[in-house]
Amino acid sequence: MKKLKGVAASRGICIGPAFQFLRTELNTEKIEINDPEAEIIRLDDAIKTAKDQIEKIYQKACGESSEADAEIFQAHKMILDDPEMVSAIKTRIVDERVNGEFAVAETAKAFAATMAAMDDEYFAARATDIMDVANRLLRVMLNVAESPTEGLQEPSIIMADDLTPSDTVLLDKTMVLGFCIAQGSATSHTAILARGLGLPAVAGAGNDVMQITSGTKLIVDGSNGLVFLEPDATTEQEYRKRKETSQNLQAEALKFAHEHAKTIDGTEFEIVANIGNVEDAKFAVENGAEGVGLLRTEFLYLERNSLPTEEEQYKAYKAIMDVFGNDPVVLRTLDVGGDKEIPYLHLEKEMNPFLGERALRLCLSRPDIFKPQLRAALRAGVGHNLKIMFPMVATLCCVRDAKAVVDECKAELRKEGIPFADDAEIGIMVEIPSAAVIADQLAKEVDFFSIGTNDLSQYTMAADRTNPRVAKLSNAFQPAVLRLIKMVIKAAHQEGKWVGMCGELAGEPLAAPILVGLGLDEFSMSPPFIPLVKQIIRNLKADVMTDLAEAALQLESPEDIQNLVKKEIPFISEIAS
Amino acid sequence: MKEAKVVVNNKVGLHARPAALFVQIASKFQSEISVSCHDPKEDKLRTANAKSILGILTLGVFQGIEITIKADGADEEDAAKALVELVENNFGEEA
Repeated sequence: MKKLKGVAASRGICIGPAFQFLRTELNTEKIEINDPEAEIIRLDDAIKTAKDQIEKIYQKACGESSEADAEIFQAHKMILDDPEMVSAIKTRIVDERVNGEFAVAETAKAFAATMAAMDDEYFAARATDIMDVANRLLRVMLNVAESPTEGLQEPSIIMADDLTPSDTVLLDKTMVLGFCIAQGSATSHTAILARGLGLPAVAGAGNDVMQITSGTKLIVDGSNGLVFLEPDATTEQEYRKRKETSQNLQAEALKFAHEHAKTIDGTEFEIVANIGNVEDAKFAVENGAEGVGLLRTEFLYLERNSLPTEEEQYKAYKAIMDVFGNDPVVLRTLDVGGDKEIPYLHLEKEMNPFLGERALRLCLSRPDIFKPQLRAALRAGVGHNLKIMFPMVATLCCVRDAKAVVDECKAELRKEGIPFADDAEIGIMVEIPSAAVIADQLAKEVDFFSIGTNDLSQYTMAADRTNPRVAKLSNAFQPAVLRLIKMVIKAAHQEGKWVGMCGELAGEPLAAPILVGLGLDEFSMSPPFIPLVKQIIRNLKADVMTDLAEAALQLESPEDIQNLVKKEIPFISEIAS
Repeated sequence: MKEAKVVVNNKVGLHARPAALFVQIASKFQSEISVSCHDPKEDKLRTANAKSILGILTLGVFQGIEITIKADGADEEDAAKALVELVENNFGEEA
């Protein structure tokens, strides 16, 4: 038995075979050939196979996915059919007497460069299409698996360096038991994905992860950040027992998921969900969400070649709002920056993307992105309880600027005679320490706050949340972070405004007593955590928690604070272990 | 050989879906078909294969530009007629 130590990225335990998620490099080295005719036959065969593959995906996309996706594959087919492209590849094979792989790669690069040079978003997107098509063709010619998950035949624990959003699109979620990631931390993309699915994950487990062969038996303990390879019988038995206990607890909590989170002494808290699409929305309702505290809108912008139109966004938002009827839905405007690869936005590479022109900062300088989103949201909010939230607010000025754009959109819609949600509340994420410090001023300007503890911790502690070596610092249980949270709640309440929390801390069992004590109004979390947090709150006394929170804020480290909670409220330690 | 001139009046010109439609229809005919237009920037005539989506796209035909369609082959009459009609009908979209 071997043991790896990483970061606890998503709670829970899973036991099963490992599966290595490997991306393959495509080798397009130049090779001189003697028989160009044979090479051309090989190329024609590959084109035919690639076309068949695209046709299949296209049919599948037509059936289940959005119209926009299907359109991309239609474009891919046309590129493979393109006489100019195909004849250019063949000419190269014959004239230069080179292998097909090299000819495909070079020709595609040349065409893509022509497109990219045309300085137009539409053409830049076509450049991406050409490279996608060329890569598919190369995979066929080199006979490498179409996707890294092709061999995933039984439910397994996914091993990877780190997963990107486009990798996770490929994953068949029913085949995933949990994750073990070499890089990353509790707030990286894989961790967020795992929590959204309610699956255990360990991140930052180091490069040893990459050495584990597929099929090796593993235990992933996502609550403590541990991974066991080929576990011995005693360890496995212990973990099977713990898994059963936590499953029973979860099942018990799920029975009461639709009841309110009211403390023993009668204080009620709003428990809502963090979601990213309409499937999440349904899952959230099943888990007892009383609305949405964070609707991430990035999903509409990723994995595509051009900006989503206002109409497309309107339909997507409306579909989600419809799931929640009159329950509140807090829609966060686009939160991207230089760290995300969205080629059609043409974002400049930045030295420090997390301190760069991202989120609201980007939106304020790009009305072509911001206004269609606001208009779509305002329209979708008709007949629903829509709230709009701006991410990455650092100053009063940027809130006022953003509100001015909302007013501008409203005036346009009014003039065009299009109905919209005029009374939608406007709020901000409090995730930059400066916003927490001037919370008293900001509270006068907005209807609500939502504390984003992941970024607030990272920015307050100056510790990169994706770097496992400093992940311990970037922890919302740090006394400095908790004190800022207290300041923010107090400042909002003084102005009669409500405060939510949509960072991971809101779904953390050990944090619930402290947050109840600090008077947080709304807790927003990944859907699978909702039943348990509700159950915890129902077993607390709010006035006792006020004292507990005060005491916790006087302690000196995250460990001290967590130990205090465990000691004072023994039933929580069982849940949190 | 059959030659026809027509002005592209739809909003996006020969891009995106209209370009795809144009190429799909051109590809149905056996004749060799080319599209040319005057490039005002470089003051010269540019020509592309009407059956090549990449060729058509790189022509950069925007709203209001006149294109010349040349078809050469057994079905040249029908080909030119079908493509002119497609453009004149604004690719089935609103102008």
